Amino acid sequence: MSTPSPLHEVHAALGASFTDFAGWNMPVRYSSELAEHHAVREAAGLFDLSHMGEIEITGPEAAQVLDYALIGKLSAVKVGRARYSMLCAEDGGVLDDLVTYRLGEERYLVVANAANAGVVASALVERAEKFDATVTDRSTEYALIAVQGPKSADIVRAVSDADLESLRYYASMPATADGIDLLLARTGYTGEDGFELYCAPEQAQQVWRALETAGEPHGLLPAGLACRDTLRLEAGMPLYGHELSAQLTPFDAGFDRLVKFEKDGDFVGRAALTERAKQESTRALVGLTGTGRRAPRAGYAVLGPDGTTEIGEITSGALSPTLGYPIAMAYVSAECREPGTSLHVDVRGKALPVEVVALPFYQRS
Amino acid sequence: MDIPEHLKYTEEHEWLSLDGDVATVGVTDFAQDSLGDIVFVELPDQGDKITAGEPCGELESTKSVSELYAPADGEVVAVNEAVRDTPELVNSDPYGEGWLFRVRVGELPDLLDAADYAEIVKE
Repeated sequence: MSTPSPLHEVHAALGASFTDFAGWNMPVRYSSELAEHHAVREAAGLFDLSHMGEIEITGPEAAQVLDYALIGKLSAVKVGRARYSMLCAEDGGVLDDLVTYRLGEERYLVVANAANAGVVASALVERAEKFDATVTDRSTEYALIAVQGPKSADIVRAVSDADLESLRYYASMPATADGIDLLLARTGYTGEDGFELYCAPEQAQQVWRALETAGEPHGLLPAGLACRDTLRLEAGMPLYGHELSAQLTPFDAGFDRLVKFEKDGDFVGRAALTERAKQESTRALVGLTGTGRRAPRAGYAVLGPDGTTEIGEITSGALSPTLGYPIAMAYVSAECREPGTSLHVDVRGKALPVEVVALPFYQRS
Repeated sequence: MDIPEHLKYTEEHEWLSLDGDVATVGVTDFAQDSLGDIVFVELPDQGDKITAGEPCGELESTKSVSELYAPADGEVVAVNEAVRDTPELVNSDPYGEGWLFRVRVGELPDLLDAADYAEIVKE
């Protein structure tokens, strides 16, 4: 039995189709995922992300806990700012990728993928043991609503007193929306400007309706998880379980810059990642583009220039709604990683020609 | 969910409209709704012999790929070229402009009527 979102009734009234996602029953689309995708690129989309996990770390050594628990240097993040980082195992494998908000000198909020929320919460509790800090899983105390798209600032401004000019990308501030106290963050997973609003579940429906009403004249559409996936793929953003897994290190996925070896003290995975950093990568995460309308899909084999030798595997793929041609991410042999390399994808027995390109596929202007 | 009374159905969520020994084939409203926006359709070619229960094409949506199963043995006598160019017709009008192909059938397999199909979809 999957958990309904605090916004379930709103979605049902909007005629949403639902899907089970990491134990949650979430809207996959309302009418057309293509229309929702285009709305986010051209106007705005309204997402329910209440399935995400929120874990709070408080106390005098909250910063030290995160420096030890994550690969990034969270102690260097200023109050009010946010940072993308990863939680790794001792062997360097990625257990989750997450966004961490620094809410105060001694207070952080870690936002984990729904499927990994339990793993992240227990790992943080365990890793905090030797420190003077408290880890609390607050997932059930937060609903999460995102407004994403070029019109998102206009829409949030209409319902909130917050000074959006001072709220930079990857920052957060306490604010009100429709009179409700919440955490307003300028973050997202779509490649557009956008906001994420963390509020109490009991108040989520009021916040949602206020944003929906304010967004209507701007062309805002409620948007489901289906378009969230094509939006993040166009933006070249990894999805845990596809581009990231416990069998892969941040180096495998090309996130070398997230591993802060220079920070003080030990961190979980330091020894293994130090070794890994010395090795040449044998494979690389790349972007691929094709022609026509047929898309490579996760799990399809990538074939070399000869069209027969298997040299990699697709991790995500779709016909790009914005670009109109097939796009995919794939792990391929390192010698095939250069942009411009001609490769093939085995699309159900047919070798579809593709070309390696630099990520992202889409960048907002 | 629209399930027209006058059509026959398969458990693979296809509909058939019989005119003599020629059946027009498409996918149901339930199928198009479950698939989401259809972006690519691969159909058999005119003249192809298809075998009941065997894959004879594909429907690709933004999220997934689904095989199209032949609802009966027979020879394909017409293909809807419009859906090859405009796959979204399958979403907008699954029982009309979104038809997929016509097949001249020999012996018809057991098909479902609208009430039986409605039971399957309900589950």
